[in-house]
Amino acid sequence: MKFDTPATTNPIDRLAVVGKPTPRIDGPLKTTGTAPYAYERHDAVPDAAYGYIVGSAIAKGRIAAMDLADAKAAPGVLAVVTAETAGPLGKGKMNTATLLGGPEIEHYHQAVALVVAESFEQARAAARLVRVTYDRADGSFDLAHAKDGATKPEDGKSDSNVGDFTGAFAAAPVTLDETYTTPDQTHAMMEPHATVAAWDGDRLTVWLSNQMIAWTAGDLARTLKMPKEKVRLISLFVGGGFGGKLFLRADTVLAALGARAAGRPVKVALQRPLIANNTTHRPATIQRIRIGAERDGTITAIAHESWSGNLPGGDPETAVDQTKLLYAGANRLTALRLARLDLPEGNAMRAPGEAPGMMALEIAMDEMAEKLGLDPVEFRIRNDTQVDPVQPDRPFSQRQLVECLRRGADRFGWSKRNARPGQSRDGRWLTGLGVAAAFRNNLLTKSAARVRLDKQGRVTVETDMTDIGTGSYTIIAQTAAEMMGVGLDRVTVRLGDSSFPASAGSGGQWGANNSTAGVYAACVKLREAVAGRLGFNSADAVFADGEVRAGNRSIPLAQAAGDNGLAAEDGIEYGDLDKRYQQSTFGAHFVEVGVDAATAEIRVRRMLAVCAAGRILNPLSARSQVIGAMTMGVGAALMEELAVDRRAGFFVNHDLAGYEVPVHADIPHQEVIFLDETDPISSPMKAKGVGELGLCGVGAAIANAVYNATGVRVRDYPVTLDKLLDRMPEVG
Amino acid sequence: MRPFTYERASSPAAAAEAVRRTPDARFIAGGTNLLDLMKLEIETPVHLVDVNGLKLDSVEPTPEGGLRIGALVRNTDLAADPRVRRDYGVLSRALLAGASGQLRNKATTAGNLLQRTRCPYFYDTNQPCNKRRPGSGCAAIGGFSRQLAVIGGSDTCIATHPSDMAVAMRVLDATVETVKPDGATRIIPIVDFHRLPDDTPHIETALEHGELITAVTLPKPAGGAQIYRKVRDRASYAFALVSVAAIVQPDGSGRVALGGVAPKPWRAEDAEAEMPRGAKAVAARLLADAKPTHDNAFKLPLVERTLGAVLAEAKG
Ligand SMILES: Cc1cc2nc3c(=O)[nH]c(=O)nc-3n(C[C@H](O)[C@H](O)[C@H](O)COP(=O)(O)OP(=O)(O)OC[C@H]3O[C@@H](n4cnc5c(N)ncnc54)[C@H](O)[C@@H]3O)c2cc1C
Ligand code: SF4
Repeated sequence: MKFDTPATTNPIDRLAVVGKPTPRIDGPLKTTGTAPYAYERHDAVPDAAYGYIVGSAIAKGRIAAMDLADAKAAPGVLAVVTAETAGPLGKGKMNTATLLGGPEIEHYHQAVALVVAESFEQARAAARLVRVTYDRADGSFDLAHAKDGATKPEDGKSDSNVGDFTGAFAAAPVTLDETYTTPDQTHAMMEPHATVAAWDGDRLTVWLSNQMIAWTAGDLARTLKMPKEKVRLISLFVGGGFGGKLFLRADTVLAALGARAAGRPVKVALQRPLIANNTTHRPATIQRIRIGAERDGTITAIAHESWSGNLPGGDPETAVDQTKLLYAGANRLTALRLARLDLPEGNAMRAPGEAPGMMALEIAMDEMAEKLGLDPVEFRIRNDTQVDPVQPDRPFSQRQLVECLRRGADRFGWSKRNARPGQSRDGRWLTGLGVAAAFRNNLLTKSAARVRLDKQGRVTVETDMTDIGTGSYTIIAQTAAEMMGVGLDRVTVRLGDSSFPASAGSGGQWGANNSTAGVYAACVKLREAVAGRLGFNSADAVFADGEVRAGNRSIPLAQAAGDNGLAAEDGIEYGDLDKRYQQSTFGAHFVEVGVDAATAEIRVRRMLAVCAAGRILNPLSARSQVIGAMTMGVGAALMEELAVDRRAGFFVNHDLAGYEVPVHADIPHQEVIFLDETDPISSPMKAKGVGELGLCGVGAAIANAVYNATGVRVRDYPVTLDKLLDRMPEVG
Repeated sequence: MRPFTYERASSPAAAAEAVRRTPDARFIAGGTNLLDLMKLEIETPVHLVDVNGLKLDSVEPTPEGGLRIGALVRNTDLAADPRVRRDYGVLSRALLAGASGQLRNKATTAGNLLQRTRCPYFYDTNQPCNKRRPGSGCAAIGGFSRQLAVIGGSDTCIATHPSDMAVAMRVLDATVETVKPDGATRIIPIVDFHRLPDDTPHIETALEHGELITAVTLPKPAGGAQIYRKVRDRASYAFALVSVAAIVQPDGSGRVALGGVAPKPWRAEDAEAEMPRGAKAVAARLLADAKPTHDNAFKLPLVERTLGAVLAEAKG
């Protein structure tokens, strides 16, 4: 189905199932521990041997020699795989560094060997006996240092220049020119990357934990130099991904190679201390923001430049893109520069680009509001735009930023905020309020599904879409139930299998809207087939209560299936609506913090997000997405940082003791409000994404609240007590 | 993890003897620290002697009016003991500030005292670390040292001792009771129990190989306001950046020990003489010889400010 004109009324608009708060249909599997995660697929592969990865001990250089004798002779060992023994390997399109290193080493903890043994303990013990001698080479590990040599990335898409920024900035009566930094971050999902691999002749099946089945199937075939038709991927449940599982990673490649070498199925989970350096991470940024405004608060000039680093061939962190779209201003400039670093591979993490970009931009807006003597909510509202400021002929399909800010301010009690920082105290706590806008683009990508109807009237949906904890199973079931006029209990959803039609996958908050739109398309086709069978004109047929009705006829849906059932496959494809309109999601974050007057410990006390993100398909799972993202924002604002050892070139705190993410005690009352919105430009579902919106801006709202509480402005994330201490008020 | 053999000891002296017999043997109590270190091959014992069945898990009053805490008393049980809560509040509070409920259910009194540093380089066997591999160097000096010691370290090691409980034990003047393989017992004052690294950072305590801790004894209650304040980036489940254990008497005199700043719980009796003059004076004396790194210099003002808040709280 081609979607190239705005949606009109369709069966989804009935909202009999879609739009209702619906507990996840896979919930009981999870709460009873019976949801099959990749590493535990004993049901599918009862006899898997265990693989354990050896990571490189250096960041850059070469393997001079490898001594495998002791490892091979260790008890239980079945095989040892290295780049030397693996045979020729290709590289995935989405991978920057190779997934099995050697002799060249591109980053710390790059996999250099897999040891396969009868038991996990044997594999782990034998992995320690792999002796590698390295020739260490110098590398570039310090972004601040490498920044001066940074260059414009090849596609140059993030660079924009409108009007005369330099002139307008120089002429502006009120200006801000500040630099902000965000650190490297790791996804820190609960479930490590994990794969079980089994060969059947020259056909390979992998049970893995992955967000993007079609990408990864292609990259696995490419890496193993085999036809894509001969690989099958199955990813039924994903215990968190956050972008870390968008791609083929070492667990899958090495499980496949290990299984080939051992002659039996092999399973591999990345050991926790390996994950931060072996896999991808969100790259650190250095961001310079300049804003010039009239005294009344009208922005006349806005510039955002960002520097990040990556391995050769890697991409920049696109931290400036939201600044092209979020606020008005006649003269504008954005630029991205990419430095070469020999740290592990930088890549997508939840809301890539906007998450760190908004962390900087929304502090800058707070600072600017203060310079102007304006309330930060009002300052943002004054600079709202209903069109793309870079290409003003493109309106936003929907944009309720102002409504989000107003509604949130009202609900949160914003008017009680003292604009002068450091004035509010509650016992030992200095308290403060902060606000930030939330912004994340809505991306359209094609997505397909197959829908079957059986003679019991059951509807089964099959698509390679994944559920990474987001609730895909449930919203897809809701979509099919709505379209076919049956209850949720009549719908079965099967996901995450490369033998199913290719979906949008889970990433960039595009999963919900696109994958359900694909299911919608397949259901439209199935409805036509049903109508045809029953002799209805499909345009008149109403599907409801397990029946198909037209005129005064009404026939049970099951009857249309016949003995062999009915099936339909289709997908959604998009025209140029996203070129003609700018499609984005909006929100406002409000935060109250307390800062201990003595120790400068920061604790969040209250959070509110107001979101305008198209139709909310399932308010329950959407809320979960937003509060989860807000929680991640607390981490980003207050504690998450991969510490770089600039001498040896690696992330030092590479386990969950060293890399702190929020615990329950850090998270206070969180409230989420969704504004009533449908966006007919986005898809037949009229929905957009929320999974990343909830993260974009929240870090800055926290940083702004800390400023309001203390009067100390911190521009380097995370905002930790050591950065406040020397400027905190004296204690008695 | 390397393969190892395992036995359950029948008596404290037998346990000590069993460890003495095998150079690379260790006691295992709750296992919450040792097993993690074994999985990473930071520790590679060939033999484990399980001391959980030795009936060293009760808290008894002493004739001197104190408490004798069995080496195997779990952190959870110790924190909840009504006598500890009433008379040694600083200990109860310190215990509850540590780790998580699940860990405290397993963690033992002796194991807690003997837990090893959380220096991140100690945990990465690719990195040089004098504590893990004597003579290999110290990656933390000149590296990422935000968590590490500002005082008491040496040119070979700047690791901190991560225990909360030990800081309270230090301020309470606890003593450690042990039995040696030959059956001889001794009592080690807590001040002498942990060692500074000097040039042997791998030797962390006064214990000899095979020497088993049987109990930790608290003298009779010190009274006063007993406070434990742990400062950290997140609200729970994190090691201290800095912690303060304090016992403050109504006349303003008292005792103070610090956690998170040194290779052992940090206390200086001469600094306590400054207590009536306030936190600044005490902190200045306590940290007079501090040698912070660029990453952890903030701990000095943090100690002073935290101590200030603690003393203010004690005044009520
Ligand atoms: C995730 C995590 C977070 C933590 N957070 C904190 C925290 O915030 N604060 C804090 O203080 N601690 C914290 N801990 C550490 C925890 O307190 C220790 O792991 C625990 O106290 C160790 O006790 P155990 O009985 O499990 O020791 P084990 O692991 O069994 O033993 C530790 C060591 O003591 C030796 N040993 C044990 N018993 C005896 C004995 N009777 N005589 C002689 N030697 C003995 C063992 O041989 C071993 O070398 C944390 C631990 C973890 C894993
Ligand atoms: S500080 Fe001590 S524990 Fe840390 S790396 Fe140096 S020697 Fe090892």
